[in-house]
Amino acid sequence: VTAALSPAPRVVRRRRRSPVIWTFFAMPGVGWLIAFFVLSVYAVMAVAFGTVDPILRTAVPEWNPLQWNFTAMGDVLDRVFGGDLGIVFQRTFWFVVASLAGCIVIGYPVAYYVARKAGKRRGLVLMLLVLPFWISYLMRMLAWTNLLQTDGMVNDVLQFLHLQSAPRNWLDGSASTVVWGLVYGYLPFFILPLYATLERIDGRLIEAGRDLGGSAMQTFLRVTLPLSVPGLMAASVITILPMFGDYYTNTYLTSGSPKTEMVGNQIENYLLGTSQPQTGAALVLVLMAFLFVLMAYYLVVTIRQQRLADR
Amino acid sequence: MNPFRRKHGSARWLAMVTWVYILWSLLPVLVAVRISFNSGKSRSSFQSPSFRWYWGDPVSSVWHDDNLHIAMFNTLQLAALCMLIATPLGVAMAIGLNRWRGKLSHAANGLMLVPIVTPEIVFGVALFLVFTQAYTGVPSGMTRQLIGHITFTMSFVVVIVRGRLVAIGDQYEEAARDLGASRLQAIRLVLLPLLAPAIFASVMVVFATSVDDFVISSFLSTGTSTDTVPIKIYSGARGGSTPALNALATVMLVFTLLAVAFAGLAMHRMSRRGGDADGTAGSLASLSV
Repeated sequence: VTAALSPAPRVVRRRRRSPVIWTFFAMPGVGWLIAFFVLSVYAVMAVAFGTVDPILRTAVPEWNPLQWNFTAMGDVLDRVFGGDLGIVFQRTFWFVVASLAGCIVIGYPVAYYVARKAGKRRGLVLMLLVLPFWISYLMRMLAWTNLLQTDGMVNDVLQFLHLQSAPRNWLDGSASTVVWGLVYGYLPFFILPLYATLERIDGRLIEAGRDLGGSAMQTFLRVTLPLSVPGLMAASVITILPMFGDYYTNTYLTSGSPKTEMVGNQIENYLLGTSQPQTGAALVLVLMAFLFVLMAYYLVVTIRQQRLADR
Repeated sequence: MNPFRRKHGSARWLAMVTWVYILWSLLPVLVAVRISFNSGKSRSSFQSPSFRWYWGDPVSSVWHDDNLHIAMFNTLQLAALCMLIATPLGVAMAIGLNRWRGKLSHAANGLMLVPIVTPEIVFGVALFLVFTQAYTGVPSGMTRQLIGHITFTMSFVVVIVRGRLVAIGDQYEEAARDLGASRLQAIRLVLLPLLAPAIFASVMVVFATSVDDFVISSFLSTGTSTDTVPIKIYSGARGGSTPALNALATVMLVFTLLAVAFAGLAMHRMSRRGGDADGTAGSLASLSV
């Protein structure tokens, strides 16, 4: 068939060697990313594996990898595996797991409804779901600090429903407030990729499941759910990664209580608070190593999809 | 008959969850907007409506408090400049990556995707360290913040525009070339107009991301003169703050929604298929696989 549609050889030739002009189009962006992204991350390594000025206690970066010195990293790793930083890492991990669970429980039904059941209302619902994207994240958190105060509306509602007898200060460092805050903050980012996948599922497959005698639940569990796994993974990765680096949601919603401190707080504190950039930089590298699998998963899946689309 | 009733019941249940979620996601913001019109000092209980925190209060209203002014102008200036620089860089890079075939193009494509999955705190720290340890000549404050925002948002533009490029294909440009247009003419006269909806969508995303950014701005801020609105909201809530904070956030919200509505209208006009809500949602979803 390809031979009959003769332009094929031309296409093949063009694919092999593209005009230089396209390389020039990509170059400014590539150069920018090398200068300000790649070299920035390299600067983190240079500082983490560098030395500290003995008198000024400031970081002296080591740009030559052959001269790198790993003592600061060793100290940080000791503290992460079994020391004080380990507790912070574990807490961060459980906050993220709990928040992700919340995102799935709330986000899946919502994405499913919009993608498959909303019918005529889809445009409206979709617009309302996109709306939080345009509202500043910190403004959305600010809203909760208004509501969660001792004389705020959350206490009024809980007392009205008799779920609580006396008003409570929700902003005094409770873990549940942080998890709810994270769920609230990141749900919009979770719902959209999931929606995109659910929307693309071929409706005939679901009909076939029903025609073959499956109940609505069985069809969902055996057809829709497995087909939505890629979207579920994408949505999870895209929310887990920023959540791990989050330090403002918990600080903001607990007035900086140490009981809810996350890894990001430690990093921020070492860099901006106590000026120990070397420890902060080493901690950033540990965090990146920890998240490497998730980041790599995203890259591999995205590049594979791009190839499919390009073909 | 049974399946039909079940189907109906499940749709109703899902609709309820969705509407409750939507209310939950938007009501707090409306409450915060309402509190910005509070006549009293409290940020939790509403007394009576007034414009005290917008311009009434001679000291701490948004109109009279210089620090809040500065933060607002800094934020808008950063977002505007970021939009003007990141969008062309990203559009050119998307076109380039879409056509450039070579060993290095795969590496460049991978490199472009990494910033999207990099947690902001890594970005903040990395930029902070590279500016303090290597690029010390770059003026501190807003220039550094701007560079940070561009680095952070450029890949969003590339991903959104690339998706549209794949959908357009190259037949329109080829037709233009057959009719005698040069390669650059084909891009300017044929490709860019076809890309317009995607460009508007990315402008919206870049603007909103920059206005929203807290981590990078705060790591690269040098003090009150380079604080942005998110930094003010963040640091303000700790101390005894007034509804002026809510007023500031409300003003920014209005700015962002106006900008988005404007870009959305433009997008709607330019995309032949219409349905701008779906278009935006599609663009945003394309940011994550």
